[in-house]
Amino acid sequence: MAESQFLYVAFIRTTPEKLWQALIDPEFTRRYWFATAQESEWRAGSAWCIRFADGRVADSGEVVEIEPARRLVLKWRHEIQPELTAEGYSRMTFELAQQGEMVKLTVLHEMDVKDSKFIGAVSGGWPIILSSLKSLLETGEPLAGTGQSPKGM
Amino acid sequence: MGGDQDKVFKALAAPERRVLLDRLRANNGQTLGQLCQDMEMTRQAVTRHLKLLEEANLVATIRRGREKLHYLNPMPIHEIAERWISKYERGRLRVLAELKAKLEEKTDG
Repeated sequence: MAESQFLYVAFIRTTPEKLWQALIDPEFTRRYWFATAQESEWRAGSAWCIRFADGRVADSGEVVEIEPARRLVLKWRHEIQPELTAEGYSRMTFELAQQGEMVKLTVLHEMDVKDSKFIGAVSGGWPIILSSLKSLLETGEPLAGTGQSPKGM
Repeated sequence: MGGDQDKVFKALAAPERRVLLDRLRANNGQTLGQLCQDMEMTRQAVTRHLKLLEEANLVATIRRGREKLHYLNPMPIHEIAERWISKYERGRLRVLAELKAKLEEKTDG
């Protein structure tokens, strides 16, 4: 097991296909994920990054495993704050599963660094991003403030 | 959400299931085999308890290669705390505010 972990489970009233699209398609992510876009060819081994609206790369890495609408594993390193970059690569897993009328989204973000500052940082970010994503898919509107670039980054 | 919290309370009511949660808290991300080690329960019993914990959303699983790893999900317990403790805290703060107002009244008089 990894030294530091963040786990989050969200139940979203949608389909696995729509949720999958919302997780990776820039048209969606810009609206709830602080105006960021992800870039990748979405194949195992392809490069991956998250880009802010101003063009800076926030995080980068590689697609490790991909099963559309079911599972995504990314190798993920933060690229802006040096002390977080210094911790190296984390591993992020999305698992999607239909449960009745809901889709269960499990997010596990882990890093082999004890008391990882990076995992501490994403532990604050994920609940906001995923709550906004849930709101967007269920009501058509993201949470206030999540459609703009974060201040001070 | 009432039904969901019923599931959480039922899941927490069995000491065996609390032991499993404690073991995940100590070492998160374990396989069924690891969770069965040194337990005075059959593998079937552990499987059944884990299923109830997962239905209550107290345990989440993530696949890693051929293995299924079990993780403690603290969110349902946090939601229970939010539901009752925050209300209690608000009440306590109101009592303190009233006490302060009364004491200040006396000083003025």
